[in-house]
Amino acid sequence: MMRFCLSAVVCFVAGISCTRAAEPKGIELDPVVAAAEARRVNAIQRAIPSAVSVFIPGGGGGGSGVLISEEGYALTNFHVTSPAGTFMRCGLSDGRVYDAVLVGLDPVGDLAMIKLLGRDDFPRAGLADSLQASPGDWCMVIGNPFLLATNLQPTVTWGILSGVGRYQYPAGTLLEYADCLQTDASVNPGNSGGPLYNDAGDLLGVVGRCSFEKRGRVNVGVGYAISINQAKNFLGYLRSGRIVDHATLGATVSTDPDGGVVVSNILASSDAYRRGLRYNSEILEIDGRPVSTANEVQNVLGTLPAGWRVMIAFREEGKTIRVPVRLMSVHRRDELIEKMGSALPPPPPVPDQPEPKKESEDGESPKEGETPQDQQPPSPHGGMKPAVKKSIPEAAAKLIEERRGYANYHFNRLEQTRFYEQLKAMPNEATTGLERWQITGKTPNGETCRLMVRDDEYAMDVGQFAFSATRINELFDAVDQDMISGALAALDAWRKMTLLGPQQFGETYYKGTMPLSGERPLRDCTVGLYGDMEVRWLMHPDTGLLECIEVVADRDSDPAELWIGWDGDRVDSLELRYGVDAVLSVAVESWDRGEKSE
Amino acid sequence: MISEMLSSTRSIQPMPRVHAAIRRLWILPVLGFLASVSAQPPVATDSRKIQQTVVKVYGAGGLRQLEAYQSGFLVSPEGHVATVWSYVLDVEPIVILDDGRRFEAEIVGIQPALELAVLKIDASDLPYLEVPKKLEATWGDPVLAVSNLFGIAAGDEPASVMQGMIAGIANLDARRGTFKTPYRGKVLLLDLIANNPGAAGGAVVDATGTLVGMLGKELRDSGTGVWLNYALPIDALRVAIGDVIAGRTTTVPEESKPILKREQSHNLTTLGLVLVPNVLESTPAYVDTVKPGSPAEASGLHGDDLILLIDGQRIADQQSLLDLLRRIDRRDSVSFTIQRGSDVLPVKLQP
Repeated sequence: MMRFCLSAVVCFVAGISCTRAAEPKGIELDPVVAAAEARRVNAIQRAIPSAVSVFIPGGGGGGSGVLISEEGYALTNFHVTSPAGTFMRCGLSDGRVYDAVLVGLDPVGDLAMIKLLGRDDFPRAGLADSLQASPGDWCMVIGNPFLLATNLQPTVTWGILSGVGRYQYPAGTLLEYADCLQTDASVNPGNSGGPLYNDAGDLLGVVGRCSFEKRGRVNVGVGYAISINQAKNFLGYLRSGRIVDHATLGATVSTDPDGGVVVSNILASSDAYRRGLRYNSEILEIDGRPVSTANEVQNVLGTLPAGWRVMIAFREEGKTIRVPVRLMSVHRRDELIEKMGSALPPPPPVPDQPEPKKESEDGESPKEGETPQDQQPPSPHGGMKPAVKKSIPEAAAKLIEERRGYANYHFNRLEQTRFYEQLKAMPNEATTGLERWQITGKTPNGETCRLMVRDDEYAMDVGQFAFSATRINELFDAVDQDMISGALAALDAWRKMTLLGPQQFGETYYKGTMPLSGERPLRDCTVGLYGDMEVRWLMHPDTGLLECIEVVADRDSDPAELWIGWDGDRVDSLELRYGVDAVLSVAVESWDRGEKSE
Repeated sequence: MISEMLSSTRSIQPMPRVHAAIRRLWILPVLGFLASVSAQPPVATDSRKIQQTVVKVYGAGGLRQLEAYQSGFLVSPEGHVATVWSYVLDVEPIVILDDGRRFEAEIVGIQPALELAVLKIDASDLPYLEVPKKLEATWGDPVLAVSNLFGIAAGDEPASVMQGMIAGIANLDARRGTFKTPYRGKVLLLDLIANNPGAAGGAVVDATGTLVGMLGKELRDSGTGVWLNYALPIDALRVAIGDVIAGRTTTVPEESKPILKREQSHNLTTLGLVLVPNVLESTPAYVDTVKPGSPAEASGLHGDDLILLIDGQRIADQQSLLDLLRRIDRRDSVSFTIQRGSDVLPVKLQP
């Protein structure tokens, strides 16, 4: 009898419609209840197809994931893919198993992107706005706890959001959960990487971590999910196939006892410093989100990728300044890769013990209490066996290309190709006559400005100013000294990239998506090395138009930014900026394609 | 979860008839939450209100598996906070409100047998939970548990909200010795994993936001290792909380009472008490031994007893015990409340 009654509870919790089986005769559901239940059933049915059960071939463990695109791109946890390497197998609730390859890794945010293969019409989750979620909202977790989904049917657990905007400390500098969601829906080892949906079945976050203390590595009613808004910030970066890093301001902050959050230390080499942020400045807003405590600052920063430029509002000497600030990366270039190697996987689960005998207490619970380990995400079930390369099917192996600093260079190559196609398709005279560009225009005060770039010859004149050079390192100096001739570096890099393509231009990689001068939508950003300079091309995601070329000479000073104004098919204006100041503005009158030199 | 609930339920209370059980367990959870707020996020508004009454309590601890924090909730607009009486309160605690304001709190009442403490902070016009006249909730009712479990929230971050239902209402004392608690009354057994580190003192409310209980300290079945999820029902706490709020009782030492001359007042010798060596700044008043033939021996006190209250006043440490004895005439008898193992006992010392 008791068993029967409990199974009814299980069904309720799992949210599976088992009314017909369990509903006692003579009870009529209140229409409100029936409607609420129907709503929940619909939400679950809507959500389930996009939930992924991740298995590491060779019995190496697994976890969960969630599909976010029809081409098969899916999110999971870094700590789920980490033991798998570059290849894994993924089950969907349609009962099929798909091969999947690693795309990109974010070890700090514990995110990974994988791509399921074999279809171009995968079911995908709708993405919610996790900033709209609040404690008390119904939500559900769908996934592969304890790797139960051997029949590929994921487990549904239902609960509420217990908190939003939570911060969970990193282990060292990796696996930081900033601005995350907390739920009491059951989250167990194996749920890692899987979806947290809202009560409409839209994706709110990616589950990855629990609070554990003395009860063993099973659900204790406190699970955390990386917010989908954080994941949205990283989608472009992850698609780049890179191992990506998180952002830091280059300043430390503290909560002022009288309210507000102030800068307690700042690097003079940081962009924040160049934009006027100083010791004791009060930070008001980061990336559109108000902040008033040090926790909130870290909560916002922790969700942003390294290298992003976001709007920051602060008060300094009584003035409120709102300015785009370039964020630095948390790690040095190789530091992150080194740390990744040693960070994972977390220790295997320790079974819960009845109250230990006093004498043996210390021995029996070695990881409780003192180390940050006990707050680490659930283990993806032991196995740390990397997938054996030879067992990877050929179709998948073709999509895997290993390279240092990349999770899977293949996907960067794809994006570079896309970038080059877009660059060549630019609706403009700029895509032809690539041997020599000569641009003539007028500055706002009526002066004529001429710019000319071709191989080993760079020249411009405007008003009294004239510049000509034959070597790239002269352009480097121009950019470094914030000269208006820095525009030539941007123009020539553009010309050359269009002419040569990423293969021959010099080291080129697709960086991901980022705001343009702090403003959304996120622009595609491709980076190429040009002389000793780093050039970044920023393209609009919808129109594909090149909007801005940034040229970095010295990392500790402002890059040259060439802003390109479009009027339909033609370049209407060019503007050169250093920091936030425009130093040259040209209304373009003619753009000569010079196949023949003059 | 299920097995946890099962084992605690089975051991304490016979399961009711199956039809009733199904009706309760199956229908009410849905009804309770959804009927009141049908369309949109069903519990969000209510839970925010409850969060505003829940406070973070910081005090002693910080050692291995002894968290230096717990939860509490406001029970009066003037800043009375109900929380569990625990080692965290071995020092004057700090209370942080939902809005982030930080207060040094005074322990104005403790009720060791209920594991209840009432704190007071110096504030007014606070959001608070009304302590209802009786417990209306019963098993099968949906509840929200709001606490700062694991110390997840800091500063002005709101406490954590969890949902579940009352799985049973039962006495713990049928299994005395199984759960190490002095509390002997009924508890609300919960089907949610509410009693985590730091959750003790959190508020449990029903679907209408009415207070039904306070999350208790972590309890683990010493035989099976199963952790109990439970709350102390509000009807058991009501009188004690009410008396403190109304000022009818307090465990704060009555400093207005005059200090008597040494030869007139009580001291450890007159009672025949030997405490453990007073080596700490705040050494707990543990009895070491009692002198043969003394009032202490006659009262049945013995080593390892912890003196909690004397004449209703809280003994924070040995110094406060000595201070208090100086204010009691040595011809008068003295009432002790002591803790012996997991029992809280009254003891009278007759000179």
